[in-house]
Amino acid sequence: MNELDEMRKVDAARWRVAIALTAAMMVLYFGFILLIAYDKPLLATLVTPGLSVGMLSGALVIVAAWALIWIYVRWANLHYDAAVDAIRRRR
Amino acid sequence: MNSVGESNIVAIAGFFIFIGVSLGITFVAARRTRTTEQFYAAGRSVTGLQNGLALAGDYMSAASFLGIAGLVALSGFDGLIYSIGFLVGWPVVMFLIAEPLRNLGKYTFSDVVAFRLRQTPVRVAAAVGSLAVVAFYLIAQMVGAGNLIRLLFGMNYEVAVMIVGAVMLAYVLFGGMIATTWVQIVKAVLLLLGAFLLAAVALSKFGFNPLALFRAAAERYGPTVLAPGRLVSDPLDALSLGLALMLGTAGLPHILMRFYTVPDAKTARSSVTYATAFIGFFYLLTFILGFGAMVLVGQDKIRSIDAGGNMAAPLLAEALGGQAFLGFICAVAFATILAVVAGLTLAGAAALSHDIWVNVVRGGSPYEGEELRVARMSTVVLAVAAIILGIAFKGQNVAYMVGLAFAIAASANFPALVLSIFWRRFTTRAAQVSMLGGTAASLGLIYLSPTIQIDILKNSAAMFPLRNPGLVSIPLSFALAIVVALLWPEPAAQAGFADVQQRVHVGVDHVTDRVP
Repeated sequence: MNELDEMRKVDAARWRVAIALTAAMMVLYFGFILLIAYDKPLLATLVTPGLSVGMLSGALVIVAAWALIWIYVRWANLHYDAAVDAIRRRR
Repeated sequence: MNSVGESNIVAIAGFFIFIGVSLGITFVAARRTRTTEQFYAAGRSVTGLQNGLALAGDYMSAASFLGIAGLVALSGFDGLIYSIGFLVGWPVVMFLIAEPLRNLGKYTFSDVVAFRLRQTPVRVAAAVGSLAVVAFYLIAQMVGAGNLIRLLFGMNYEVAVMIVGAVMLAYVLFGGMIATTWVQIVKAVLLLLGAFLLAAVALSKFGFNPLALFRAAAERYGPTVLAPGRLVSDPLDALSLGLALMLGTAGLPHILMRFYTVPDAKTARSSVTYATAFIGFFYLLTFILGFGAMVLVGQDKIRSIDAGGNMAAPLLAEALGGQAFLGFICAVAFATILAVVAGLTLAGAAALSHDIWVNVVRGGSPYEGEELRVARMSTVVLAVAAIILGIAFKGQNVAYMVGLAFAIAASANFPALVLSIFWRRFTTRAAQVSMLGGTAASLGLIYLSPTIQIDILKNSAAMFPLRNPGLVSIPLSFALAIVVALLWPEPAAQAGFADVQQRVHVGVDHVTDRVP
């Protein structure tokens, strides 16, 4: 495989991961905002005394942001960096 | 009993200690600030953890610390909507922007947009967008600073604004990015520590069980405090604010500039990881602080000091630890504002000197030492402008102004930045139209919104129904860019895309043929 093809492969993989993770974050966050906008009673339901579905899902969106970043960093450190280093070494 | 609004010895001492320490940092940094690269990018020697803290410092403004805690204290759950919106912008920065930005640019995000396009038109448009964002953000911070100092130290509003302007000017003028970064780091650590201590003491009253705190809030003010309420009564308004908060982070010039202070893309990656961890933790804390203030201070008392609730966190500190704790939290809040104002001014100075003077007026080749001199002159101009704007906009709602700055950033800067990295067919004219059109659309819609037309100008109706323009101006900016690029293709820009595709991954340090 020549350098250009290899570069294109790395490029395509990097943007596939980036777009999938961005889409996941958007779906979670806008899902939360749409629930606030259109289904307030659901979010007002109590899970246990002192904790509503809304507060729990809000905290989960923050945790999900952390989790998605963790997935990205793990992928980038394991796969992406190695692929880019391989291209650099060939120069 | 409360003493907010009177002079507080601990607060004043803390305030002078912070100014002393940060001017000391500036003195040390000034001796290491001789080149343009040191002034704008701290010599690219900042580590991932340091930059993560500095990013968090730039981001956790007084609007979040005081504003969101106050919002939660007065309206419960609704305050959480802001906290989450501010956080979810960070994954977007990580996945789409941070590493390409570091690999393609030098000092400002316009380096990336202009990379394969014609320099002059792109630089001018990018500088207009950046300065619009910086202006709105600066107004919010200066107004917040003036109010805070007036409430906490009993000082005159105008005097307070001038002091903030003068101290910030000293940091940026003499210490550049090195001093600004260290001021951010000190401030971020102080703010995280202060918020953590305050939340821990508040939770200790409830057996360290947050649910017990929320339960107490629901018992006192009714179950509605745990549920979405009237703050987001209009669904489209909620969506518009959400979109602006999420995409705006990736268009804030003072945040984007920080990615040039690290040595490489991998460090840019780790700095976003640290920043997101700190910022998420901080927003979870503000939620505890808000509910803590609601229960332990009481909504009536919070409202009686400041109708917007901005003094909820300082009042909670006073209720739990008396004068000393109040003073400490006030000094932290003050440090917060000072640091954010310094970061914004530096970003504005870079837009004026690097983008406009060096790349437009001097065609990319300034005289020896000229760029640094122009950057310092721009800093003085911006500091004076910040003081004047702060005084002119006295009495505006701080959190709302920050929301508008995010909307302008998301409409003016974000679409052009993303398309220049991703889209082969992107053109100079498209970048220009998207950045100028995005800026104009967001400013115009803000002017036509109910906030300006009904609340400020006292008209009976507003032409544009939403309080935040993001839902219209962000898609409009993308649409303008795409339509213009397809109608007027630019072969040279398409040819340059192969270079972008390579450098986005490999960076410039490993390629010797051309430095952007």
